[in-house]
Amino acid sequence: MSEKEGLSVIVKVVTRWIVGFVLLFGLYIVIFGHLTPGGGFPGGVIIAGTFVLLTLAFGKDTPLRKLNSTLASELDSTGAIIFLGIALLGLYFGSFFAENFLTKLPSSYFKLFSAGVIPWANLAIGLKVGASIFMVFIILSVTRVVGLPNGEKKMTRKPTGRRK
Amino acid sequence: MNVLPLMVALPLGMGFLIPMVSRKNRRTADVLGNLATLSLLIMSLYLFRIGNQIYFMGGWKPPLGINLVLDGLSAFFLLIVNLVAFIVTLYSVDYMEIYTSKLRYYSLFLLMLAGMNGVVLTGDIFNLFVFLEIAVISAYALVGFGTEAEELEASFKYLVLGTVSSVFILLGIGFLYSLTGTLNLADIGSKISGISGGHAFWFVVILFVFGFGLKAALVPFHAWLPDAHPSAPASISAVLSGLLIKALGIYPFLRIFYNIFGFPLLETRFIPQILMFLGGASMLTGALLALVQNDIKRMFAYSSISNIGYIVIAFSLGTPLGIMAALLHTFVHATSKALLFLSAGSLEYRLETRDIKKMGGLMEKMPITGISGDIGFLSLAGIPPLAGFWSKLFIILALLDAGRLGWAIFTILVSVLTLGYYLRMNRYVFFGPLKNNLQRIKESPVFMTASMLILSLITVFLGVILLPHLRSIVLDPAVRTLINGTKYISMVMGG
Repeated sequence: MSEKEGLSVIVKVVTRWIVGFVLLFGLYIVIFGHLTPGGGFPGGVIIAGTFVLLTLAFGKDTPLRKLNSTLASELDSTGAIIFLGIALLGLYFGSFFAENFLTKLPSSYFKLFSAGVIPWANLAIGLKVGASIFMVFIILSVTRVVGLPNGEKKMTRKPTGRRK
Repeated sequence: MNVLPLMVALPLGMGFLIPMVSRKNRRTADVLGNLATLSLLIMSLYLFRIGNQIYFMGGWKPPLGINLVLDGLSAFFLLIVNLVAFIVTLYSVDYMEIYTSKLRYYSLFLLMLAGMNGVVLTGDIFNLFVFLEIAVISAYALVGFGTEAEELEASFKYLVLGTVSSVFILLGIGFLYSLTGTLNLADIGSKISGISGGHAFWFVVILFVFGFGLKAALVPFHAWLPDAHPSAPASISAVLSGLLIKALGIYPFLRIFYNIFGFPLLETRFIPQILMFLGGASMLTGALLALVQNDIKRMFAYSSISNIGYIVIAFSLGTPLGIMAALLHTFVHATSKALLFLSAGSLEYRLETRDIKKMGGLMEKMPITGISGDIGFLSLAGIPPLAGFWSKLFIILALLDAGRLGWAIFTILVSVLTLGYYLRMNRYVFFGPLKNNLQRIKESPVFMTASMLILSLITVFLGVILLPHLRSIVLDPAVRTLINGTKYISMVMGG
């Protein structure tokens, strides 16, 4: 992690402290989605927010080392396929597409493991939304419009990092 | 196991699976994409054996849950959408080699297909909006797929105007929800009867005419189409012109105005009159502007506007014959216009230009492209015995039957214009002297020619042999669905 990239050392230190808690909060929102306000989508946005925070503080190389764009795009597709898979399992085990086919005992109400397939669907959505919002942010931040000498404008990828 | 939810789930799942599994080998994407659309085509044919069916997603009954409704009209649109989509994916195997990322292409294409199938099947108005957005957002990305300046500009224009129309539709849905307190189409239909005379209801109707009219590219709202359709890859132009404007523009019109609102619109002549004028304006403007285009795909795009006008005029008559003519023309235009765009793509693939003045005499160099392009043009220009002749004949007969002599004459005059611009295209592209720089041109690769041949055969046999079968199996149930009007409501709520 080079010292030249990103914002000042104060921001970096504070970010390093905070980022774990923000990620944890995002995971909490996803996992407790069926019990408390929140769910897969807001939780996924918060998880993506941690990576955005890292990008702002340290420059974009640090988050991309932890989660490169190919992996993010695959996580994105995996989330969608898991969600669809849960819906198809409903068709297979139950009688309808997207049916909540797991047993829902009254004794489990308001516990973490309750509500049948809803927590699993929330996890899949969290994965999908987290990965895709991170991808959107990266793609918006790696391209820029440059003016060519002949007056035309061209969209291009920024050179990675400040190499000196 | 029921196949109805798979019509949406299969393309959606494949759309996400293809970019994951085929990064190493491009052929995997081709195979998976074609398998997906082929199985969708087979399923959509199989659905004709089932008949009417209501499917409760997750087991939740309407009006609480989202339901899928299969009736004559949905089955008809599903057949068109999946037939053309299969032929287009077959064509893309070779054609998309000139673009960079086939994985993303198939992914976006299948998402668009999932959106169209969803719009056609769903029985919930907000769900319809969501599927509509899935389809158009994929379409925005596909229009800009080449990422050249012209394509990105067209994509941006389409994005802005498409979003405006989506806002109109969403606002209309919001008003409808505040009026009825439900989002289920059938439930809205059963609750709207008490309030259908109010100002809010008419405001909703106008918002829907704006919104879906923009999606269907009716004339005052057509500005995005002549840019978006030529700029996309030819296979996507075929889907946009052949399917998207119908599945997202015409289908919701028919479903909402006939089956949901039904009674006030069929009794007052106000909305049919407006639609008729919009349709007439589209027919004339599209045909006149197509006459002066030198860009071959732009000409076809204007021709699409003109043909949407025919469809709208016929269905706004509200008579059984008019509806039958409109649906037949929808089918004919989907196959023939897709065929024309695929031929244009084949020309562009070899010649790397879309300017018809730079072509000439290509019939001897590219015979299959030439013949299929000619079959598409003869069909849409209304030459007997091809399918386009019958659909235009039925439209004119329906107009005469409803006592609209002036409109019938107008339609005949516009057909003459249609013949005019297609003859002009034919003269410059396929006939005339062969230019010197075109001596080394070869026919397109095998998948492209094969898919064009399949579509030409369908177009020819449709008019010559298949029309009675098509009418009894495919068209009549769809017409019955629309004629029965609000019986749709009791079918959904009762079943």
